[in-house]
Amino acid sequence: MAERHEIRLCGFGGQGVILAGHIIGQAAAIYEHKHATFIQDYGPEARGGSTRADVVVSDERVTYPYIETPTVLLAMSQPAYDKYHPQNHRDALVIIDAELVKPIVEAGKKVISVPARRIAEELGRTAVANSVMLGFFTAATGIVSPDAIKKAIAASVPKNTIELNLKAFDRGYAYGLEHSEAR
Amino acid sequence: MSQPRHLAGEFFLSGDEACAEGAINAGCRFFAGYPITPATEIAERMSERLPEVGGTYIQMEDELASMAAVLGASWGGVKAMTATSGPGFSLMMENIGLGAMTETPCVVVDIQRAGPSTGLPTLTGQGDMLQARWGSHGCYSIIALSPDSPQELYDLTIKAFNLSEQFRVPVLIMSEAATGHMYERVVIKSVEELELLPRRKPNVPPEEYLPYQPDDDLVPAMASAGEGYGFHTTGLTHDERGYPAMSVEAQDRLIRRLVDKIEKNKDAIIELEEDGTENAEVIVCSYGISARISQMAVQMARDEGMKVGILRLITVWPFPDERIRGLAQTARAFVVPEINYGQIVREVERCAGGKRTVLVPHMGGTVHNPHTIFEAIRQAVK
Amino acid sequence: MTKVIVSNQKHPLDTYLRTDRLPHIWCPGCGIGAVLHAFLRALLDSGVDLKKVALVSGIGCTGRVAGYVRLDSFHTTHGRALPFATGLKIANPELKLVVFSGDGDLIAIGGNHFIHAARRNIDMTVICVNNFNYGMTGGQLGPTTPLTGRTTTTMRGNIEEPFNIPYLAAAAGAVYIARWTTAHIHSLEHSIGEALAKKGFSLVEAISPCPTYYGRMNKQPTGLDQIRYFRYNSIVRHGIDPRLVGIEANGQIVVGKFVDIERPYIPGATGSGNGRTT
Repeated sequence: MAERHEIRLCGFGGQGVILAGHIIGQAAAIYEHKHATFIQDYGPEARGGSTRADVVVSDERVTYPYIETPTVLLAMSQPAYDKYHPQNHRDALVIIDAELVKPIVEAGKKVISVPARRIAEELGRTAVANSVMLGFFTAATGIVSPDAIKKAIAASVPKNTIELNLKAFDRGYAYGLEHSEAR
Repeated sequence: MSQPRHLAGEFFLSGDEACAEGAINAGCRFFAGYPITPATEIAERMSERLPEVGGTYIQMEDELASMAAVLGASWGGVKAMTATSGPGFSLMMENIGLGAMTETPCVVVDIQRAGPSTGLPTLTGQGDMLQARWGSHGCYSIIALSPDSPQELYDLTIKAFNLSEQFRVPVLIMSEAATGHMYERVVIKSVEELELLPRRKPNVPPEEYLPYQPDDDLVPAMASAGEGYGFHTTGLTHDERGYPAMSVEAQDRLIRRLVDKIEKNKDAIIELEEDGTENAEVIVCSYGISARISQMAVQMARDEGMKVGILRLITVWPFPDERIRGLAQTARAFVVPEINYGQIVREVERCAGGKRTVLVPHMGGTVHNPHTIFEAIRQAVK
Repeated sequence: MTKVIVSNQKHPLDTYLRTDRLPHIWCPGCGIGAVLHAFLRALLDSGVDLKKVALVSGIGCTGRVAGYVRLDSFHTTHGRALPFATGLKIANPELKLVVFSGDGDLIAIGGNHFIHAARRNIDMTVICVNNFNYGMTGGQLGPTTPLTGRTTTTMRGNIEEPFNIPYLAAAAGAVYIARWTTAHIHSLEHSIGEALAKKGFSLVEAISPCPTYYGRMNKQPTGLDQIRYFRYNSIVRHGIDPRLVGIEANGQIVVGKFVDIERPYIPGATGSGNGRTT
């Protein structure tokens, strides 16, 4: 059976959740030559409410690009977390922003909270919290290499923010290595 | 004007974006459109990209106008395209008919959403498949392609331009929201490596030119406005001179040719993808995103030892009658998943020679659950 | 016995017509032929290279003009001549685009395209033959039928206000607007010449008889009756505010050149693309 990762990113509109999902997909598909699909929750109901990005990464062609039970849930807002965490795969890894999401603690569930927003604030721009999250995601899951994600970040964010975003990624990545059993 | 800029390499693109890049690399230099979800991203990207390659994007007042402008641009000698979704596709039918009648090369992309009417504006559907074939009034034939990935939206857009020039007919790309809004790796070869068909220009002086005198393959050569040919073209039934000809005989001659130039050139047009259809007991026949999803169901069935093949219609129109008749010789049943309440299944059934034909319908909004298709396969094997 | 004289002499405009398509479909007394005549003379006078002229028509009696002129000519769908011509012009900005169609085609079914083509100021000349009704289908109510005017769908008299075409065009942004009747053929020709020379969206409205239908149902049963009405009820008012040129049933017809302004147009003089220029 092919190794298939179903990664769901969710949060408020404007947090860069969609961009982060696109970056993971691009990193896997272009810079690591894996198979990857990326779909964003698209509809009027998404405005102002929860936004969602679904990324499937596989070593085989993704015939079914939709996610039924995420193996990784990355949540950056409470409503989005509340909405999506019940759908998770039982072994799912849940990554949340420490300041924005209060998780439901359940025995045997892997929940890791990251102070992404705070780290971004320290760097001077809360807008790069998504890059911090990407760093942490990369360290904690090992689904894509830090090198590939960094290339995808550089190709995706506005030119004058590349440096800051890469710095944010590095901080998140370092934090992830320290605080999770990196795989 | 900046230098022509063609993408080449590997990109992580949505189907809509890939479609636009396919058009640019196919030489499309005119796009007229009207915003409509989920096809808007094609218009947006064309508005950005066309000026970079010396082309023009124009946003029209509606889809009636978009389609008319595309035909006009094509007669001006420029490869032209528009993109829309169901409600706009309905409006375009009028001038798709004019395009078929006047044999105007152009490409129309329908990123289908669930209908009828306004339906589910952002959510997927495949309910326009018969409209694609029969939507404009009168009798004509058309070519429609159905991609299953962003990569194919790129590739088939180029193919669509080639077919439209070769057969002088509007070519439809019948995709859907699920594919148009999906991002995946798209490999774009350098534009120099592409085989692009030019327009079939007349090789006779203006005084000898008959605008609707067909070549051996039933397709006439096409002059553009401003080249000195002084030709007339009309949506009325016409003779080889392009002049209106209000007679039963002229109608018979023209309509037979308009249909036959597609139907009799089927072998040159139709592209199919088959996997495990030899000796299959059940053949899943599908197209677009539904064919892609079906592959998962087919794998599940094979894992349980069922003999299942898949026939993916990359060309939906003209319909591959012959191939399905051939497969019906050995297969026991056909399973047809599609995101509507039964459209292409009618065609399959028509060609299946009495073999069981099972529709796996989905009313739209999302794609099939692969397990539903798997269950249908299992029932069909029994 | 009456002697029938058949002339072998060619009409000076025969060269520019598809004479192999004659006789034309227009009724005796119809004004479309006269407008076509004025157009061809103006076109020849303009010095434009005829190989670079494209004429686009919609559907209807006037829509048949495309089939009779020896030019690259397109007989398109009902109401869509303007967007078709827009695509053609942008694809090849070298072309001199003329849209020749009727009031029903341009102002009713094609009304939305009309205001948007004028708004964009697409570089083309529109000749709108207005005969106050739908002739080809048998004299039904048109967007220009005057209030109380009788047609086959308003036998008790029209209860709707008609469009004032010059006012509509002016409001939408046309840069050149003139109106004449077929009783003013020289002025019509002159205005068409000016319109052809104008950069941007130019409109010439040509009021024309339709004795078979509109005239017959409104007490002007022959072409001559209608021409007489045009002749004796027209008043020349160059530069008048187009709001004031609406037409009432059997009322006064204000003719002249109403608008002649400059405005950025499409496609720009630099060639293809959306580059705008004045």
